[in-house]
Amino acid sequence: MLEAVLLGFLFSLFLVFAGSYFRGRLAVLSSLIPLSLFIYFSTFISEIADGKVIYENHEWIPSFGVNLSFTLDGLALLFALMITGVGTLVFVYTSAYLKDHKYLDRFYGYLSLFMAAMLGLVLSDNLMTMFIFWELTSISSFYLIGFNNDKEDSRKSALIALGVTGIGGLMLLGGAVLLGDVAGTYRISEMLSSREAIADSSHYVLILFFIFSAAFTKSAQFPFHFWLPGAMKAPTPVSTYLHSATMVKAGVYLLFRMSPVLNGAEIWHTVLIVVGGVTMIYSAIHIIFRTDLKGILAYSTISALGILVFLIGIGTQAALIAAAVFIVVHALYKASLFLITGIIDHETGTRDVTQLAGLRKVLLPVAIAGFIAALISGGVPPTLGFVGKDLIYESTLHFKDNAILLTIIALSTNVLLFYAGFVAGVKPFIGKLPKKFEKVHLPSPLMWVPPLIMTCAGLVFGLFPGLIETAIAKPIAMTQALQFEDFHLKLWHGFNTILALSATTLILGTVLYFVLKPKHSLENTIAKLDVIAPKTLLLNLSEGFAVFSKYWTNIFQTGYLRHYLFIIVSFLILLLGYLIFSDFSLKIDTSSLADLTIYEISILIMLLLGVLYTVFTKSRLAAVASLGVVGLSFSLLFLFYSAPDLAMTQFSVDTLTVILFVLVLYRLPKYLNLSDSRLRIKHGILSVSFGVLITLLILKVLGETKNTEVTEFYAENAYKLAKGKNIVNVILVDFRGIDTMIEISVLIVAALGVFGLLKLRLKTKDKK
Amino acid sequence: MRTLILKSASSYLIPVLLIFSVFILLRGHYLPGGGFVGGLVAAIAFVLDAFSNGLEKTKTILKIHPGFLMPLGLLVAFLSGISPMVFSDLPFMTGIWAENPIPVIGAIGSALFFDLGVYLVVIGAALTIIFTISESA
Repeated sequence: MLEAVLLGFLFSLFLVFAGSYFRGRLAVLSSLIPLSLFIYFSTFISEIADGKVIYENHEWIPSFGVNLSFTLDGLALLFALMITGVGTLVFVYTSAYLKDHKYLDRFYGYLSLFMAAMLGLVLSDNLMTMFIFWELTSISSFYLIGFNNDKEDSRKSALIALGVTGIGGLMLLGGAVLLGDVAGTYRISEMLSSREAIADSSHYVLILFFIFSAAFTKSAQFPFHFWLPGAMKAPTPVSTYLHSATMVKAGVYLLFRMSPVLNGAEIWHTVLIVVGGVTMIYSAIHIIFRTDLKGILAYSTISALGILVFLIGIGTQAALIAAAVFIVVHALYKASLFLITGIIDHETGTRDVTQLAGLRKVLLPVAIAGFIAALISGGVPPTLGFVGKDLIYESTLHFKDNAILLTIIALSTNVLLFYAGFVAGVKPFIGKLPKKFEKVHLPSPLMWVPPLIMTCAGLVFGLFPGLIETAIAKPIAMTQALQFEDFHLKLWHGFNTILALSATTLILGTVLYFVLKPKHSLENTIAKLDVIAPKTLLLNLSEGFAVFSKYWTNIFQTGYLRHYLFIIVSFLILLLGYLIFSDFSLKIDTSSLADLTIYEISILIMLLLGVLYTVFTKSRLAAVASLGVVGLSFSLLFLFYSAPDLAMTQFSVDTLTVILFVLVLYRLPKYLNLSDSRLRIKHGILSVSFGVLITLLILKVLGETKNTEVTEFYAENAYKLAKGKNIVNVILVDFRGIDTMIEISVLIVAALGVFGLLKLRLKTKDKK
Repeated sequence: MRTLILKSASSYLIPVLLIFSVFILLRGHYLPGGGFVGGLVAAIAFVLDAFSNGLEKTKTILKIHPGFLMPLGLLVAFLSGISPMVFSDLPFMTGIWAENPIPVIGAIGSALFFDLGVYLVVIGAALTIIFTISESA
């Protein structure tokens, strides 16, 4: 399986070098990549249908439990087939849609990068690797949405999509870390056994929050749905592939995958049902107000994603199977509708549904595909859509709470989706052909065959639901670890409530289609409400955040060294002060103090004089020199207390520091304006309190009972192991030699920094 | 700051300081001293020269830019670190020692070369910083 995942990455890498060959007639050949993967995954169908699960593990970072482990079970297989199957058709379609485009090879590169990442995502058994592939899908989608990078709209939409899904990715990482911590493993298949431990853990709600945020942002759930309509700025193949068939379903996949691990508590179900329900009805209503074909499809996609989340939230066997079947249904009809929209756009130059009519006369095969797609989407028998809709009603009707309410929501959503399907798939093709479209001609079969294939598949699966049942529905039920009762997917259930509901959907949908016509006035009405739309609110929030951070940064980044120092030291004082005074006990054993000698007293006086002179002198050089006196007095102190090494180093460093100061300062004039007394008092208080705090800290440290183990170890072993008598030096060059190595590297970096900064400045000065 | 006194004194002081720095470097393993202090002392010697005779003259004495001493020192320290891996099949940075001490210098081991690396890096870094700043001031 690793090879299957890598193939797409390798192909996109290959295109970097050999891209120019894939720009012209050979472009269609690149569809061989997804096709071969599709065939590869198809060979597993019978094995998986028998209930087998295929594992594969490649060690990557075993010490962290992060490995490239892949699982192929019913759920992964469904997605893998969808990714590669829809992928093949989209690759074929693109070769005609973007024919002779300057960057066609680049487009294929991004597409196969995305395909590989998506395959990796659905096959990963390890949450960490899943996170990596998850991020890769976001990144490749960023490039695909912004493919027309000369348009500002595209760039902005790409950025919004990346922002929203990127936050989701971060959340997934958080969830993965917490789950890994609680379960003790990152492997999802192993987490199943610690299901109870996870549900009982105090982090359970937090884990849900992280996983939900990841899934909701990726799968465009309310209130994060707004990035998806924006992402429709991408070329149509991208909308088809990423934003209806595969990537947006990654969130649904995550919920599906984690459901057996996490659905232990009521909150899992409640949140998913509420969010999914709100999303599906909210965006279904939005459909009415759209006139752009892609806009209609975008909102109906969000609505469909809402249905999926909603079904996973219900979580009964019927609901999960309904979700699995609906994923297939949706991929088939929505991808076809997008491709059809692409053809219409490509040939007529408009996607405005109010202008399009009568195109069946010029685009007959496309019209047929559109009609079947509308039937599937509307759930008209005998298509697979009908089977899917039945399952949805079955699961809402039998849910334990609020069954009626849930059924009504599902019914209204389905009616609106019926409407959407017919507006997108039928309306452009019927009626009188306007004059301006008479010259429209049928594009190359590469474009209209793919949607026809998909819609026909929807028809065949509807007539023979057994195919879906054995290959997909049952294996998926097994991944959900349910004690599942045997079930059969059927077209005909007999006369019952479910059939009545389906019929109601069809009737209401048809009525709605004939009564309601897409109008620009409706679109303008809803545009007035944009002020309170989640998109506007979130964008304002991010703008406000930018303003705030600018303001915040300006407070601290004044450019004055003394301000930086002031802030750093104040924070240090606050933190240290809190730490010391929150648990303050000072033990000074005065009896063991040695008597003061005359030397010590004289050094102390020297120190004090040096400090006072530094503070009150009016000349820079004098201040530097007296600071040197302070430093040298300290090295004398070190010498008295038998630390000759320290004294030597202090002495040399101090000498060099004074030299440095002198070099910088002695060309400057005398102090021109001294800081006023208020500022001096402020700085004085700060310095004194900092000094007092440090003194207290040292006294406290001395009061602690000493741990002499380390000292003894070095004293004992310095000569034995390292043949040195000077412990300090032995520690530096031997025991902790690697530390020293890193320290001298830091020293080099600092020197290079000074060199680079000043030399660079010199050069620009020379230019003037 | 070019006074005759400083100039004549420095011409005697600088060689002494340099020898002293090597002395500190070598005695480091048994007595107070070591590569870091040694390097600082050597750097001070060159800075003194720059004060008394001018920066340009010091640069001609040094022949190469002091900055080149930094990678050289790091290389010496690193090589001394991997020497046990090459010679005795021991882990990185294990101290290895020659069996017979050499007169004057004393026992030779990988730690001494490591200290030499530190010494070179410190000279290089200190001189680079000081020279650059004094050129730009």
